[in-house]
Amino acid sequence: MLVAGVDVGSTATKAALLDENKRVLALALVDTGANVVRAAERAFRAALAEARVEEWDVTYTVGTGYGRYRVPFGDAQVTEIGCHAKGASFLFPATRTILDMGGQDTKAIRIGDGADVQDFCMNDKCAAGTGRFLEAAAEVLGLKLEELGEVATQSKKPMKITNVCTVFVEQEIVMHLARGCPVEDILAGLHWTIAGRSIGLLRRVGLEPEITFTGGVARNAGVVRALEERLATKLNVAPQSQHIGAIGAALFAWERAAHGEVGKRANGAGPRPEAAGGGN
Amino acid sequence: MGYLAGIDVGSRMTRGVLVDEHGRVQAKTGRETGARLEVAAQAVLDELCATQRIKPEEILYVASTGYGRYRVLFRQIQITEMTCHGVGARWLFPGTRTVLDIGAMNSRALRLADSGRVAAFRMNDRCASGAGRFLERVAKALEVKLEEVGELALRAQDPQPISSICAVLAESEVINHVTAGASVEDILSGAHFSIAERLVALVRQVGAQPEITLTGGVSKNAGLVRALEERLGAKLNVSPHSEYAGALGAALLARARWQRLADAVGGARVQSCEAAREEPA
Repeated sequence: MLVAGVDVGSTATKAALLDENKRVLALALVDTGANVVRAAERAFRAALAEARVEEWDVTYTVGTGYGRYRVPFGDAQVTEIGCHAKGASFLFPATRTILDMGGQDTKAIRIGDGADVQDFCMNDKCAAGTGRFLEAAAEVLGLKLEELGEVATQSKKPMKITNVCTVFVEQEIVMHLARGCPVEDILAGLHWTIAGRSIGLLRRVGLEPEITFTGGVARNAGVVRALEERLATKLNVAPQSQHIGAIGAALFAWERAAHGEVGKRANGAGPRPEAAGGGN
Repeated sequence: MGYLAGIDVGSRMTRGVLVDEHGRVQAKTGRETGARLEVAAQAVLDELCATQRIKPEEILYVASTGYGRYRVLFRQIQITEMTCHGVGARWLFPGTRTVLDIGAMNSRALRLADSGRVAAFRMNDRCASGAGRFLERVAKALEVKLEEVGELALRAQDPQPISSICAVLAESEVINHVTAGASVEDILSGAHFSIAERLVALVRQVGAQPEITLTGGVSKNAGLVRALEERLGAKLNVSPHSEYAGALGAALLARARWQRLADAVGGARVQSCEAAREEPA
């Protein structure tokens, strides 16, 4: 039995494929782009290709997506809050608080023993601290998004960055550069500032340990370091942090499949292999 | 003839106005600020001087304003942009009671007392929503020139709402509209209504009274002027000089200041730029 989870984010779409023992067989990531439905399909197919299986091998698929552009992909949909809770407590069972920093929004989620969501709050009004914020900073500094965290950790003397608005921060960076400030010090200051904003969100749901950091921004070592310093605690960060929502979705799919539910693609909606021609 | 200058160093544009001893505008100019504010300010001063074939030291008094006002090294005095926009707007439209200054990064609403002094103000200083940069981002996402967005917005048939107030998130919304097949005009119209909404809130908070005068670079945008007039239900004062209101106010205040100093020493020519040059901050 195989199950899949597809998480359509504002910037990246992630897919996870699990087997009957909840082992992760494949993870895939594609740019969401403008066509969200297509992105979901592409990520799903990329995961299938990586695991070398066909869509009818997948018993059940759960889709999750972001806020107002929710994508009805798969056999059922679960909110991204629920999926992150599921995925985070699967990877780190002691998780009580989740910080999810994505491409365009940031969420803080408090969960109970059974990965049940007890409270959450979210910033989707403003790009501060999101992937878009970091992208803009990278562009002004002439760096790649993936380089930011690494460069920031080399700083000895972080600059104080006073703005949180992405647009204002761009201007502030330009001014600091014009004065000859080292790039790593500007970046370290930037990460410090956006960590502060996320901590504000976390406090609103309570800061019960352990805290698991998910979403694309969790891949940025500079943000991780700034959060850990400011919170004076270690965070759980998985190598697959960006896929935690998709893994959570796949776990929901697993539960449905375990109850005997069978999804529409597995059920004959897709082309079935001929007796001789199918399978790998 | 003696000249007095106002230099307004904004986040996007640096503008300068030269007035004579009688307060008549003799020259105005502007250029992009860039990262080196001192350089932009000096270049604007040089351009102003070139139009009148004078040397910078022949200018009697220089007032600087705008967010980069402390970086104008040749200034005699710095004055907040609030005061300068108030004075500039009153000069352009003597009936002005409320000023809405829409800049690239900041927008502010001022209520003026009868004397012309600023009685109250509100501004967006935490974020760029309701400022020109919002439209710049949208223009970039739609691949149209910033100078064209206002005119294009006026031609909308079916304005598409933009719900994000964040300039960065609005960009994604614009891209979604494009993908859904909305026309550039309709998307731009929605963007203008979105920013107008924020600005109207600022104007209301300050307790606006007519007449309302627009100043700042974004006042040139006809689409925004119409969106604001629709939302406010009132006509707005706009002139081709509106974008220079800050620099104009600074120049007029420089003149007033110089006049007072001159009177104090019995009408003698007080000091030239060179003599009065302050140490850079």
